[in-house]
Amino acid sequence: MIQLNRLRIDLPRFSIQDIDLSIEKGQFFILLGPTGAGKTLVLEAIMGLAPVTSGQIIVAGKDVTHLPPEKRGMGIVYQDYALFPHLTVLKNISYGLRYRKIDEQPTEKHLDRLIDQLNLSHLVDRSIHNLSGGEKQRVSLARALAVNPSVLLLDEPLSALDPNFREDLRQVLKKLHQELRITFLMVTHDFAEALFLGEQMAIINLGKIEQIDPVSRVFQQPATPFVAEFVGMKNIFPATFNKNRAIVDNLELCLQAPPEGRKRYVGIRAEDVSISKIRPSNNGLNVFKGKVSDIIDRGLYYEVSVSTEEVVFRAMLTKSALFEINPSETKEIHIAIPSSAIHVF
Amino acid sequence: MRKRPDPFVWLTIFSTSIILFFILLPLVEMVAQPSFSSLKEAITDRDVVNSIWLSIYASGLAAIISFVIGTPFAYLIARKTFFGKKFIESVVDLPIMIPHPVVGIALLSVAGRDHWLGQFMHAFGIRIMGSVTGIVLVMVFVGLPFYINTAKAGFEAIPKRLEKVSRSLGASMTGTFFRITFPLAWRSMLVGMIMCTARAISEFGAIVIVAYHPMIAPVMIYERFTAYGLKYSQPVAVWLILVSLLLFLLLRIVSLPKQAKV
Repeated sequence: MIQLNRLRIDLPRFSIQDIDLSIEKGQFFILLGPTGAGKTLVLEAIMGLAPVTSGQIIVAGKDVTHLPPEKRGMGIVYQDYALFPHLTVLKNISYGLRYRKIDEQPTEKHLDRLIDQLNLSHLVDRSIHNLSGGEKQRVSLARALAVNPSVLLLDEPLSALDPNFREDLRQVLKKLHQELRITFLMVTHDFAEALFLGEQMAIINLGKIEQIDPVSRVFQQPATPFVAEFVGMKNIFPATFNKNRAIVDNLELCLQAPPEGRKRYVGIRAEDVSISKIRPSNNGLNVFKGKVSDIIDRGLYYEVSVSTEEVVFRAMLTKSALFEINPSETKEIHIAIPSSAIHVF
Repeated sequence: MRKRPDPFVWLTIFSTSIILFFILLPLVEMVAQPSFSSLKEAITDRDVVNSIWLSIYASGLAAIISFVIGTPFAYLIARKTFFGKKFIESVVDLPIMIPHPVVGIALLSVAGRDHWLGQFMHAFGIRIMGSVTGIVLVMVFVGLPFYINTAKAGFEAIPKRLEKVSRSLGASMTGTFFRITFPLAWRSMLVGMIMCTARAISEFGAIVIVAYHPMIAPVMIYERFTAYGLKYSQPVAVWLILVSLLLFLLLRIVSLPKQAKV
């Protein structure tokens, strides 16, 4: 559906560097990255709102690289809603209708259904100034969808909302995608959102793509240290490899299988690191002695740093588990990491 | 115990009174000094009425011309960054800095028969020296920066994203301008036109060089002052001030945002 071929955008202080991306028809695609990674710029380039230096943008088999935005048949929804302040809710929603061709005109019915779906019927005559954030974003969605776009581009649509509205709108987005079956491309910096909504995702950092994979795979098998950190992997170490062993600063970790290809890092999720007072038996586990060097209260859990002689591991513990270990009295503890939980990249 | 105000509070009060006194006293005195009969005499004098009418009509025309040629320019400057933009912006501000008689002399130096542009205009029967055309030309010259800067600020205050969304929904650049940008910026544009008119109506130095006749009100006031003295120039000045005030007040009310209206 959408194909980016070596897309390059050069701005005075930033550039998108030769991005290749392919999004299938009907997919919910997520472009994930930190603030300033260039996500919005890519989105606006696809919409035709940002200048492209070189490369191609192909939508539905057609090269649209030099097409003006009004000819692309896509919709865009921004984080700050970008509603037209001088128009009512209904006039905002129906803004684009006059540009539709006559033969695409079951619009009246389509519009009513859309307003219904987004639960906006009681607001249509209101001015947009006294709507809540969630309502504003639903109006913005309705406005973009009213013109039957082939692709809906979403620029951090949930980021400006209060947590309770955010949850609500997340469901709305998921439902809309299931019912409309059009391609959604959403930009976000929130991995939880991506995990809930996305099917396929690309991680972008400093204008470069770091990984393109199904969402669950990105979570399980990050391709670079940046991605690993971004998806919440707390233990990332440079390592050398020898058959099915990884060596991190003289510490040997046993892997499930020898790594394929050239790998440079190991990564372990904090929730896969367990801590105990008594030494557990070795089967399938990497067991090390260590000392608790730091405890951070994260609210629902504790993040505990354990130093072995060589490295510092970080583990996630519940309050009761931490109480059991009693770190202030216990001098030496054992940490255990299953070989299956060690990712190499 | 009552709190004693900070000396700085006294300083702000003092400076406010000085400024109000300085601006208002001469104006109030000028308005108050002419007798009722001299005011009546002035307003029944055809020459006075004609000159005030010419002042208002020419400056209004200058504002309309500034609106027509200045709006696309102001939009461009507000929305795009390009090489040489800073230079162009300083060029637009030049008329604010140049001494007024110099403006008149500069305009005459291209309007004369020795200059190709003057010859060109002459061929079409356009005369600058001593004509309403010349007066309006000078007024556009000095008023344009005020319109452009105000309209530009108005355009800049509209989020770019509104225009982007409009384009994404199928509207062309032109459609977007008329459906989004103009409805959101017309107040700034109107305020810009008021500023431009105000500047144009107060111009004297450049006009007196380009067109002593037909006489605009400031030129007439000057002439009556030099020929007959203070007493004879005051009534005309009072009428010019009154008429202008009324006009500006009206336009200001129209340009007020809805909520602020009582």
